[in-house]
Amino acid sequence: MAGGREIKSKIKSVQNTRKVTRALEMVSASKIRKAQDLMKASRPYARLMRRAIGHIAHANSEYQHPFMVAREEIKRVGYVVVSTDRGLCGGLNTNLFRNLLGQIREWQDKGVEVDMVCIGQKATAYFRRLKVNMLGSVTHLGEKPQLDQLIGVIKVMLDAYTDGRIDRLSLVYNDFVNTMTQRATTDQLLPLPPSDELPSTHAWDYLYEPDAATVLDHVLTRYVESLVYQATLENLASEHAARMVAMKSASDNATKAIGNLTLIYNKARQAAITQEISEIVGGAAAV
Amino acid sequence: MSTIRCDIVSAEQEIFHGEVSMVIATGEMGELGIAPRHAPLITRLKPGQVRLKLESGDDQFFYVSGGILEVQPSVVTILADTALRAGDLDEAAARKAKEEAERALANRGAAIDIAEAQNQLAQAMAQLQALEHLRRNLKH
Repeated sequence: MAGGREIKSKIKSVQNTRKVTRALEMVSASKIRKAQDLMKASRPYARLMRRAIGHIAHANSEYQHPFMVAREEIKRVGYVVVSTDRGLCGGLNTNLFRNLLGQIREWQDKGVEVDMVCIGQKATAYFRRLKVNMLGSVTHLGEKPQLDQLIGVIKVMLDAYTDGRIDRLSLVYNDFVNTMTQRATTDQLLPLPPSDELPSTHAWDYLYEPDAATVLDHVLTRYVESLVYQATLENLASEHAARMVAMKSASDNATKAIGNLTLIYNKARQAAITQEISEIVGGAAAV
Repeated sequence: MSTIRCDIVSAEQEIFHGEVSMVIATGEMGELGIAPRHAPLITRLKPGQVRLKLESGDDQFFYVSGGILEVQPSVVTILADTALRAGDLDEAAARKAKEEAERALANRGAAIDIAEAQNQLAQAMAQLQALEHLRRNLKH
């Protein structure tokens, strides 16, 4: 029987692969719930923060914080890239990086240099190879990212902005739309994009304690941090969703492959039996 | 008795929301008592207690490790920090992030090597698969 054993061992190996992909699929399916809960839990902060920032933008303050003033000339831009730590999640990271590379190329065509900080192993490894100017990186955030894990990379970028080393800061991450859809998204962090709400009709200003500069600095830093934190959670949920879908299709493909291989195996076996019979019959006829 | 809306949130969860008759918190410049129709105010909070006087007359206490207090005439917002924050701690975190990047760039992180090796393995496997496909097509 030609190749029967080889086909059998191949079937076995595909079956083993399917076991792994099935397990990964189920793990992601359970983790996606937790990631979504985290995402929901952090939304009120982001919402209230936006409300406060909206108020601040409309207050008739004499002090203009540098984060709120757009700079005329852009010489250098910064990116915060949020990626996953692990692979096996389909095209999630690849799409994001391709999208970002397009933007980087556009800037470079205009003669603008790009700095970046990376969140997650994949972005760090990818942009290291591309020899992009990487100012900071944080990896292994785990299943429950904490805001204080991100403070370092954010501060690196905010300092760069304050010192005038970069003139614009953007955030790149995968937005979780639903389990089937994750959208590579770029949001401008600094300078703060002007809000589209109508300004209030009467002039008013806050009482700042101790003074406007200190308070606004604090508030705007927290604002940027909350945006990056939210993006990290969105990306985490996207990661699990993408992995679940990728592993589901891998399992389906494995099932199909097993079907094909079984068919081949049966045909080979049948051919061997037929041949044997015809040999016996031929032998008997000769006698 | 008039009331004012109060929202307390931290980056990781919602802590309190509802109507209260007074908010008492420790601002950077000292204790603050916010009653309804207070003038707009924004300040940093010191680590400490936030006391809410509820309509029923009961008090409710929260501990915050710093944050921001924003007062609008009809609503008080407290954006609480989740952890103790200090300038030098932030500095240290920033330094660590930079070092992490430098380490990655210097190609000494073992974990990154694994990620890269996996990348290359995936590429090699794709090439092999394509070759096998080609070979099979040639045979027929």
